[in-house]
Amino acid sequence: MYTFSSKLKTFAFVLMALGLVGIAFGFLTAPKTVEDVEKILADSHHGGHHTEAVAHESHDEHAATDVAHHEAAKTEAVVSDSLKTTAQDTVKAAAAPVVDEHHNDNHKVEAAHGHEGADAHAEHQEHLEHVLHQLQNKPWAALYVACIFFMLISVGVLAFYAIQWAAQAGWSPVLFRVMEGITSYLLPGSIIFFILLIASGMHLNHLFVWMDPEVVKHDELIQGKVGFLNVPFFLIRAAIFLAGWNLYRFLSRKNSLAQDNANDDSFYKKNFKLAAGFLVFFIVTESIASWDWIMSVDPHWYSTLFGWYVFASFFVSGITTIAFVTLYLKSKGHLEYVNTSHIHDLAKFMFGISVFWTYLWFSQFMLMWYSNIPEEVTYFITRIENYKLPFFGMLALNFVFPILILINTDFKRLTWVVVMAGILILTGHYIDFFNMIMPATVGDQWFIGVSEISSLLFFFGLFIFVVFTALTKAPLLAKRNPLIEESKHFHY
Amino acid sequence: MSNKVIHAIYNDDDILMDAVKATRAAHHHIEEVYTPFPVHGLDKAMGLAPTRIAIASFLYGLVGLSVAASLMNYVMIVDWPQDIGGKPSFSFIDNMPAFVPIMFELTVFFAAHLMVITFYMRSKLWPFKAAENPDVRTTDDHFLMEVALHGSEEDMVSFFKNTGAVEVKVIDKH
Repeated sequence: MYTFSSKLKTFAFVLMALGLVGIAFGFLTAPKTVEDVEKILADSHHGGHHTEAVAHESHDEHAATDVAHHEAAKTEAVVSDSLKTTAQDTVKAAAAPVVDEHHNDNHKVEAAHGHEGADAHAEHQEHLEHVLHQLQNKPWAALYVACIFFMLISVGVLAFYAIQWAAQAGWSPVLFRVMEGITSYLLPGSIIFFILLIASGMHLNHLFVWMDPEVVKHDELIQGKVGFLNVPFFLIRAAIFLAGWNLYRFLSRKNSLAQDNANDDSFYKKNFKLAAGFLVFFIVTESIASWDWIMSVDPHWYSTLFGWYVFASFFVSGITTIAFVTLYLKSKGHLEYVNTSHIHDLAKFMFGISVFWTYLWFSQFMLMWYSNIPEEVTYFITRIENYKLPFFGMLALNFVFPILILINTDFKRLTWVVVMAGILILTGHYIDFFNMIMPATVGDQWFIGVSEISSLLFFFGLFIFVVFTALTKAPLLAKRNPLIEESKHFHY
Repeated sequence: MSNKVIHAIYNDDDILMDAVKATRAAHHHIEEVYTPFPVHGLDKAMGLAPTRIAIASFLYGLVGLSVAASLMNYVMIVDWPQDIGGKPSFSFIDNMPAFVPIMFELTVFFAAHLMVITFYMRSKLWPFKAAENPDVRTTDDHFLMEVALHGSEEDMVSFFKNTGAVEVKVIDKH
């Protein structure tokens, strides 16, 4: 039996306490009024005037075209802009409408319609209000990203675990208890996540713009999606998905423990069928969940392979987490039968799924970049304009470094190499989720500061606490698994 | 000078593995082992150096990547930067995503084909090459270990008989 070392427990509590303090600090220092924002903007960037000027210009243009619907205005703006700038690259050409769109999100009726020659003051107020919403979203979005990231890590491990059962893998049964320990975070993680979703549904924050009836009233595109994007249905879906995943986790863990003391393989067979059924349920619900929880922060945008893309991102993070926990327990001498071949296999998965993630990332990006249809390419334009470093930096972290580090067979067996590559992968995929959520919620006001880091620390502490507590609950080697002997002697 | 070798023939790969280990332990020099199929762990037991073909392949892949990148850069950006459907051919990086499929495929193409050709050259395989099979049964169900003969012929033959060989022959190798 594994005992939770008191040092690690203290470490987890310190992380949680620090995180909580930071999260509270983030919420308390978020601006309350437009006046606060004005002060922040004046203090932080005097060069900010340029941005405002661009915004004003695009507003004037918008008013001049005098179309009722801003989506149409956006498309027209793209056309007129690209006509003006013949030799400019497409990214820059479509930048202005993006700002435009963002402003429109918070447009009030009186602002949206023909106020040619509106005074600069009103425009300025509107800009401030827009920034206010973004800054108020910031601590919420930071919390949301960290929460969904850690929850999905445990979901990724659960999916990996189910695949190992369904595939009757001969190498991994010695790691089942480690995986079960990590998936124990799913229950607390999904409860906190669900509470966050409810908070959004109760309009405590403005993460999901389609939840705001004021916005929907003036947005025909969202109106067309109300049949799917409405708060009650959204929450019911989330509840079903989370409950389904938790149920599988609960049952498979129960069967796995029962198999230890069984006289036959009936629990093993039950788990096999359960895993196969879960995988079918999972791939459907995961896809819908990614539309709900991530894609719907940009309700004007859609992508068909998004579910797979999100899946690849948290799947590789989950596998990396398995490798980390395994290496930690192994270094403390708790996993007698885990050898470098098991680590090698995990590292191969980290390598392969990293490449798979890149393939999906690139497929999604390149198809939209190539066709350059205004209503879908804005997604990437906002990211390239405002998130250049995180957007391309994660590509280095999630693809270039793993492929160069983990391609070598000997390296995949070295603890420090796997740990180093794993840190890069986990950092990269946190930034990946950051890139998916932040541009739609805080826009160009993003920063990886107190709120973001504290949220990460809090959930990291909670994760460590829950996972290592669960690891103490059962022996770290499954006893009567039919494949355990093969797994003990696994050698590659 | 005649060069005698011993051909010890086995009919089971487990026995072969044990024999190889015993031969190595007795410090007889194994010239070659002929098997009808890959025997897992045989190279380790014989003490063969690991292959470097993966390293070669990686380098060939880099060559392919460079070929593709310089080709696309020259053709699409330097030589004739046409406006084709509004694609930004001002610089390589502007139009890079459109080149990635080609860069990927050529990397794989070079890595795969050059590695295979390297394999053929290093293992001396080509069409019309005369087969070097000492005993036709080794392509079907027998395993043959060829060991250089040193010292007493009698001792060595009995040594290999004891390792479970179904047949031990002393051959004059030219």
